[in-house]
Amino acid sequence: MSLLEVNSLSAFYGDFQALFDVDFRAEAGRATAIIGANGAGKSTFLRAVAGFQSPPDEAIRFDGEAIGALKPSRVVGRGVALVPEGRRLFPSLSVEENLKIGGYCGRRGGWTLERVYGLFPVLQERRDAPATALSGGQQQMVAIGRALMGNPRLLMCDEISLGLAPIVIRDIYAALPAILSEGVALVIVEQDIGQALSVAEDVYCFQGGRVTLQGKASDLSRDAISAAYFGV
Amino acid sequence: MIGWLDTILQGLMLGGLYALFATGLSLTFGVMRLVNIAHGDLSILAAYLALVIVQHFGVSPFLSLIAVVPLMAIIGYALQTFLLNDTLGDDILPPLLVTFGLSIVLQNGLMEVFSADSRGLSVGEVQTASLPLGGGIAVGVFPAITLAAAIVVLALMSWLFNSTSLGRALRATSDDQSTAQLMGIDNRRLYAVAMAIAMAVVAVAGVFLAIRTTFDPTSGPARLLYAFEAVIIGGLGSLWGTLAGGMVLGVAQTIGFALSPAWGIAVGHIAFLVVLLIRPNGLFPRTRDA
Ligand SMILES: Nc1ncnc2c1ncn2[C@@H]1O[C@H](COP(=O)(O)OP(=O)(O)OP(=O)(O)O)[C@@H](O)[C@H]1O
Ligand SMILES: [Mg+2]
Repeated sequence: MSLLEVNSLSAFYGDFQALFDVDFRAEAGRATAIIGANGAGKSTFLRAVAGFQSPPDEAIRFDGEAIGALKPSRVVGRGVALVPEGRRLFPSLSVEENLKIGGYCGRRGGWTLERVYGLFPVLQERRDAPATALSGGQQQMVAIGRALMGNPRLLMCDEISLGLAPIVIRDIYAALPAILSEGVALVIVEQDIGQALSVAEDVYCFQGGRVTLQGKASDLSRDAISAAYFGV
Repeated sequence: MIGWLDTILQGLMLGGLYALFATGLSLTFGVMRLVNIAHGDLSILAAYLALVIVQHFGVSPFLSLIAVVPLMAIIGYALQTFLLNDTLGDDILPPLLVTFGLSIVLQNGLMEVFSADSRGLSVGEVQTASLPLGGGIAVGVFPAITLAAAIVVLALMSWLFNSTSLGRALRATSDDQSTAQLMGIDNRRLYAVAMAIAMAVVAVAGVFLAIRTTFDPTSGPARLLYAFEAVIIGGLGSLWGTLAGGMVLGVAQTIGFALSPAWGIAVGHIAFLVVLLIRPNGLFPRTRDA
């Protein structure tokens, strides 16, 4: 049994259908990449898992329990965290307050302020600064740290490399193995195929709200991925 | 000269009362973008609750706060949970309409139960006592207590907002309620808590108003207007700015009254408009990036 099992999940914005019968698995201690072009439905999928759509309860199973119908504020309590696209830090809160509020859900576990600072030492120096005063890369570190503070068992990251310099992206990706080694299931959404495949063992390709390709990263050829990505 | 100093002092202390009215309004607008048109009427409801308690148990109006504050907090929590939460959304009109309706219901309800007669609460000698400050200037004891109460309330709110987990959740929700939900914050429950706090403060405001002056079931809307002006003058979202806003309004009104009794309120409105012209975002706008 996988930690996260999604079965024929559909999602809607009003009359517009953004996801069509998506099946998806994520395993503890493994990284799974979701790749796809603009508008493929990647963010919609992550947000649906986080509770922002109301699919049938059974469409999303986490650790064996149906969580599809739970509100977002309840889903975090089960151990599902999302680092949202665009980081979405709280501008009125300092860096440290942003991290602390990540622990609001009250889940116990190994992640503490000290350990997040250990993972991203630069944040400790800037702990009292308003979160939005940081550089893009540092803000992304706060967003990841904030999600970790809720001690998730599933961590979903939506385009954490977007708009960042390659050297900064390298720093951020360097933190992922430490997170995986805790037994966390990691789901990484990226538009950059190479970036995603650098950590992920499993790959899903989304296109037009559907999964068009799925498999082990090592088994898939570049051509097959490109074909699924661009639909050619 | 002393006469003017005295007038300004009175105005500053009146500002404390206005700040008490404004704080709750500013809180609910800040956290959930809700403009509560019934805010003033709810303060008058608190005044009537205090009146009933004072008449029934023969206690001082100050003591009645022990019951009125939690009662109003419960009313606020219930109001938000069962009525106002469902009006919140992308459209700002539904909460305006519903709280406008609530304002009318409250006024008529109070009229039915308590009649249109003017009432007041008395705190005995404290009401008229004054403290000489020397140089011929004296301050009323009761206005000074009102200002002190406002400062205590604002200091408590400031502590709540800046130093507690609840305060962090309130600020985060004010910033971005959707992302706040990702943190495990149940926004609807948090809104109910915010309204409970707002109503607790408005209870204090209503009781102090009722001691200071007479009130009747239609006294609410004027209170809403002053609270609104104090919030805007001070700058939306700034706690201590609200006190400054209340004081600007209070001083303008007392100066106006000193010039001519017919002009007091109008000078307050004029001061409001002047501040808006010079500083459209108020005196202490909350600055934030992004
Ligand atoms: N709030 C919304 N309201 C209406 N339509 C939306 C909304 N959010 C996304 N969509 C639509 O749903 C589809 C999927 O969008 P989604 O954001 O999930 O794509 P994505 O794969 O994350 O794209 P990107 O790589 O640009 O982030 C798009 O057609 C988009 O226009
Ligand atoms: Mg996206």
